Amino acid sequence: MKDKTKMNEMSVPRPRRTEDGLGANSDIGAKLRAYYGAVQDQPIPDKFLDLLEKLDEVERAGKGKAR
Amino acid sequence: MADEAPSFKRELLATLPSLRAFAVSLSGRHDKADDLVQDTMMKAWAKQDSFQMGTNIKAWLFTILRNEFYSQMRKRGREVQDTDGAFTERMSVHPSQYGVMDMADFRKALDGLPADQREAVVLIGASGFSYEEAAEICNCAVGTMKSRVSRARTRLQDVLGVKGEADYGPDAVSAQVTAHNF
Repeated sequence: MKDKTKMNEMSVPRPRRTEDGLGANSDIGAKLRAYYGAVQDQPIPDKFLDLLEKLDEVERAGKGKAR
Repeated sequence: MADEAPSFKRELLATLPSLRAFAVSLSGRHDKADDLVQDTMMKAWAKQDSFQMGTNIKAWLFTILRNEFYSQMRKRGREVQDTDGAFTERMSVHPSQYGVMDMADFRKALDGLPADQREAVVLIGASGFSYEEAAEICNCAVGTMKSRVSRARTRLQDVLGVKGEADYGPDAVSAQVTAHNF
């Protein structure tokens, strides 16, 4: 009896997994993307834009020549 | 044309949202993440000559940010990781298909992972990098990257009590098969 149960279990196809299991149907993948996306979708903070402008200005001034 | 924006600047700008999301994923805190992004921007700007225009700027920037993150961690020494409550507050005003609690739970689960597994699962599952790119960013072998992602996924599934994607169909089938055999 015990052996029969074992045989039945063995005959059941093993769930096939995709390589990373993070695809469209994966709960973990979806949660991960929702979490990440929530930050990614926020507007870029002004301080970053200001910094970028400053870096650009400094570079232009430093080079002293028109690009 | 003096007003024409150099494309390095434009590409850096375009990568910022994703870079920021990666920084938050790594550090777990918005304030630290933003400092990290700022440091990364300055570092990247200073060495933009070493960047080959037309190659993958996103991977290049992620590498800089990651290195910066770990070097800051080393400098600070061991520090108690404390995730900011501001994160969940921000999440509550953000439209999302998941609830605020879900998001907080997920953050906690993510924090429970070893750092190498956390970055691996984020780079592959959310940032959209290939295993090869992620391995290069983390300076490890592709096989190592794959096993980190796999371990991270399994652990997150256990902690959050959810099943993997392959569990739906085959489970129904196996139930049928079992019933049939009896």
